[in-house]
Amino acid sequence: MTAPAILHSRGLADWLTALFWRRPRVLLTILLAPPLLWLGVVYLGSLAALLLQSFYSIDEFSGVIKEEFTLKTYAELLRAQNLDIILRTLLMSTIVTLSCALIAFPIAYYAARFAKGRWKTVFYLGVMLPLWSSYLVKVYAWKLILAKEGIITWTADALHLSMVLNAILAIPGIGGNSLSTSWIGTFLVFVYIWLPYMILPMQAALERVPTSMLEASADLGASRSQTFRTVIFPLAMPGIIAGSIFTFSLTMGDYIIPQIVGTSARFIGLAVYQLQGTAGNIPLAAAFAVIPIVIMLLYLYLAKRQGAFDAL
Amino acid sequence: MHSDRASFGLRAASLAGLLFLHLPILIIFLYAFTSEEKSYAFPPPSLTIKWFAVAWNRADIWPPMHLSLWVATASTALAMVLGTLVSAAMAQTRFFGKEQISLLILLPIALPGVITGMSLRSAFSIMNMPFSTLTIILGHATFCIVIIYNNAVARFRRLSGGVLEASADLGANSFQTFRYVLLPNLGSALLAGGMLAFALSFDEVIVTTFTAGQQSTLPIWMLQELVRPRQRPVTNVVAIVVFMATFLPILIAYYLTRNGSETAGAGK
Repeated sequence: MTAPAILHSRGLADWLTALFWRRPRVLLTILLAPPLLWLGVVYLGSLAALLLQSFYSIDEFSGVIKEEFTLKTYAELLRAQNLDIILRTLLMSTIVTLSCALIAFPIAYYAARFAKGRWKTVFYLGVMLPLWSSYLVKVYAWKLILAKEGIITWTADALHLSMVLNAILAIPGIGGNSLSTSWIGTFLVFVYIWLPYMILPMQAALERVPTSMLEASADLGASRSQTFRTVIFPLAMPGIIAGSIFTFSLTMGDYIIPQIVGTSARFIGLAVYQLQGTAGNIPLAAAFAVIPIVIMLLYLYLAKRQGAFDAL
Repeated sequence: MHSDRASFGLRAASLAGLLFLHLPILIIFLYAFTSEEKSYAFPPPSLTIKWFAVAWNRADIWPPMHLSLWVATASTALAMVLGTLVSAAMAQTRFFGKEQISLLILLPIALPGVITGMSLRSAFSIMNMPFSTLTIILGHATFCIVIIYNNAVARFRRLSGGVLEASADLGANSFQTFRYVLLPNLGSALLAGGMLAFALSFDEVIVTTFTAGQQSTLPIWMLQELVRPRQRPVTNVVAIVVFMATFLPILIAYYLTRNGSETAGAGK
């Protein structure tokens, strides 16, 4: 025998409500199905397509893609010129990440520990606005700044420091004709563009360091630098790692910045872009794109073990 | 030693860092008024406002502008629906595979854009799908979901489950609870997320070059001008327009959520 209903059902909406109540899984499925289908089909499907393409190869004479499984395309990555691209990209990503961490730390530390009230807002907006404002416009601004006739040359002239600028540009390997065609230029723009991605997680981690812990450290006789080395820095580490995920990954995949500022030396992103575009070699482009995926998955795995995701 | 005052070195370094983040953007505004057309000479020989009129009358700027607005609107709308659904599921319940799903949502922005772009390009190539506005929107909506998700899930967490139960006790069905309880509470977080997603999509170039084919969005138009400059001051004016189109939504998003425990834009 069923119990009498207290309220009369008012149609489909009430019937569904009762169903959701009795079977929460049904509601969960309805909520999750559309986004998971989208991400599963559009995103994971595409990643699978990428992986598939990387196992195809291109016929060197006709330029037609041969749709059969081969490791030939991956073997091509090991050619000297392609290995160069990979190593150059990894080196740049590492240096950019370390520099970002160095510049970001004082900003994040001040914002987390000392900024109060209005200054807190200034620091927050001061980091968030550059983070979100147009990527391309920021890169363009640097092209104007670094140009041979641009503001840096002018400032160096005005301060009678042209000698220094020229000496820096004369350094073989990283110098060049002007800053906008040098390795230093590319590096500067990378650091500028990705810096906010490092500051925010770092700040989040530093904000969670309890003041009582710093007081305890001082009470136990630690000097400022000892407190920094043994208390603050280790606790900030998950934030630094979380930030480095972004700076490293974004530098590794970028193909706009090296195209606009710097030498014509290629990076992984630029290689992918050119191979799929003008060269029409989608398999090799796909194989190149798999490298950052593998590196990032490894990086994410290690970061997760260090507890970096709690700082995101 | 522990003290409540920052040392001079720390203050100087943090302020210098903030200036480093902001000065380059001001440069763009200065250059839009320069009378020098052929080079990026600094300081500008003299100032003029004629480039705004020149840019306004350039026919090749308007179609990319319209396309960018349309793509940003459509992808934001799609991402808002999908992002809200997934955040509702993730905030309310525990289930098997939850961690994997949160990783899946994060992946489109954790992996470099070139991979998302190249993957979509491979998929379209395999399916023989021609490039169109739809292929651009597919890509943009995918990386916008996480932006909405981040904003909405934080608000869901703050919202006590008791409110929803109270609504049910008072006889509301799920749809009435959604309409009268959930939506008013989520509203500003969703709007903030939508603003950020719009800004992200309007400005996106890395994924778009792989999925746009022959069409140009405004950022693609700008990129072409950067690689092969034609009329530099016009590019400067467009740069200001693009900057404002991303800057204003971000500010609005900030003011919509600044009083909460979670503020919009803390992660991209």
